[in-house]
Amino acid sequence: MSVVAVDDLALRFGDRTLFEGLGFELERGELLAVLGPNGTGKTSLLRILLGLLQPSAGSVVVEGCPPQERCHRIGYVPQQRVFDRDVVLRGRDLVRLGLDGHRWGFGRFGANDRARVDASLAEVGATAYADAPVGRLSGGEQQRLRVAQALVADPVLILADEPLLSLDLAHQRGVVDLLDARRRSAGTPVVFVTHDVNPVLHTVDRVLYLAPAHWAIGTPDEVLTSGTLSRLYGTDVDVLNVRGRVVVVGTPDDQHVHHVENGH
Amino acid sequence: MFTQLLAEPFVHTALWAGAAVAVVAGAIGVFVVARGMSFAVHAISELGFTGATGALVIGIDPVVGIFGGSLLVGLVLGLLSLRGRERDSAIGAVLAFGLGLGYLFFSLYQGYATEALNLLFGNILGVSGTQLRNLVIVGAVVLLGLALLYRPLFFSSVDPELAAARGVPLRALSVAIFLLLALTTAEAIQVVGVLLVLTLVITPAAAAQRLTGRPTLALLLSVAIALVSTEGGILLSLAKPWPTSFFITTISFAFYVAARFYDWSRGRQSRSTSSPPRRIFAVR
Repeated sequence: MSVVAVDDLALRFGDRTLFEGLGFELERGELLAVLGPNGTGKTSLLRILLGLLQPSAGSVVVEGCPPQERCHRIGYVPQQRVFDRDVVLRGRDLVRLGLDGHRWGFGRFGANDRARVDASLAEVGATAYADAPVGRLSGGEQQRLRVAQALVADPVLILADEPLLSLDLAHQRGVVDLLDARRRSAGTPVVFVTHDVNPVLHTVDRVLYLAPAHWAIGTPDEVLTSGTLSRLYGTDVDVLNVRGRVVVVGTPDDQHVHHVENGH
Repeated sequence: MFTQLLAEPFVHTALWAGAAVAVVAGAIGVFVVARGMSFAVHAISELGFTGATGALVIGIDPVVGIFGGSLLVGLVLGLLSLRGRERDSAIGAVLAFGLGLGYLFFSLYQGYATEALNLLFGNILGVSGTQLRNLVIVGAVVLLGLALLYRPLFFSSVDPELAAARGVPLRALSVAIFLLLALTTAEAIQVVGVLLVLTLVITPAAAAQRLTGRPTLALLLSVAIALVSTEGGILLSLAKPWPTSFFITTISFAFYVAARFYDWSRGRQSRSTSSPPRRIFAVR
């Protein structure tokens, strides 16, 4: 029984079609990387999975329930957006919001909840700065807290939207390892939107590649090939393996060669 | 003289009215500051002036006009849910027009200039018993609203994107906080006046956020600073016959300056005594 079932999904804005006929299933513990150039609907796909955006056609089911009905917790790690320096919020407050921030009232914060927040903080290695104001933490520390916030409510699915953007290599590795560890220990599937597949290449099960007109899904070896990407883009695209890194050359928007730009 | 005044019923009424307004203003202030709504507070209170002068022209209680004007602009701003610069410029446009209109109403009203001055700068020593009762009722409504909405309001104030992803209704909350803010502003106008509402709604919360990173403690500190400023201001104006609002603004501003200094000196201390930046986790 798959956790996520996406069937014949289409998304159009006016007369512009981002994708159509999109279908895939996610099994327990699976890590899916969503790749592709800007403007092909990667973030929109996540918003559909979160129940925030209505698709033009097709259906999405998460554990037997449409996401907009919010039957299940979905963990979400958004694009790195630095907190305002003065925001009155400690790391542990941020994580706690993931547990009960959507509920009405003040709420009682019992020992049980406190233990869950502490466990989540420990899981991402954020205990040392859990009581510091988040606005004074580094981008990498803030992003770890966001991962803890996504994990604290034991979600059935984790969605991450470019969670590595503007993080240095060590923190990128840290965030990927945290999500990887959770899906292995708890079987929570992860959808990971990224413009650069290399930080997750070692752990990814399948890749969904959204090109401007077409899409493809499969293992990295199936999708990240010159043949598949040339077919998706309708032009000659080369996929090179350079020192264990995947580099794509010749896409129509080559400025954004999605794999070399991080400068490492 | 001072002790004689302390025994006067109008002074007791003023102290109670000040307390009611200060608690509400200090509490909502932390959300207003977190959401960057300071300018909106000013706009809402100026439209309260327009409402009050409009009410004077047609011969009804100006307090009714204050609530009418504040709630109207609060509702509009809440429904628009504008962000950033667009919100700033929209508020600026509305505010200027509203104040112009208020001036027209005032010139049409053949009353005394002191009424305008009281509206603009407050007249807490003139609060009546009925007015006090209304202040307490409205204040209780606002506090109840804030308590009911506390967690989602806090969530959407500090992290709107995540809150939306968790199903928190951002627009409904925006309307709710603007309406609660309009009620608070209409209350504060009766104590410190249209032009000085910020001294109770913004300054205490802005000071509190410099003193602590704990959200609930910041809320309590903000309320405490607003209370001390208001009650202290009333008492000082009994001892020295200068305007009450002057004392209130001065005390709350002193708290703000002290909080900034505290924050600054704490930052310097931790920079000079702490070891080199800690490594959070090893590079593998």
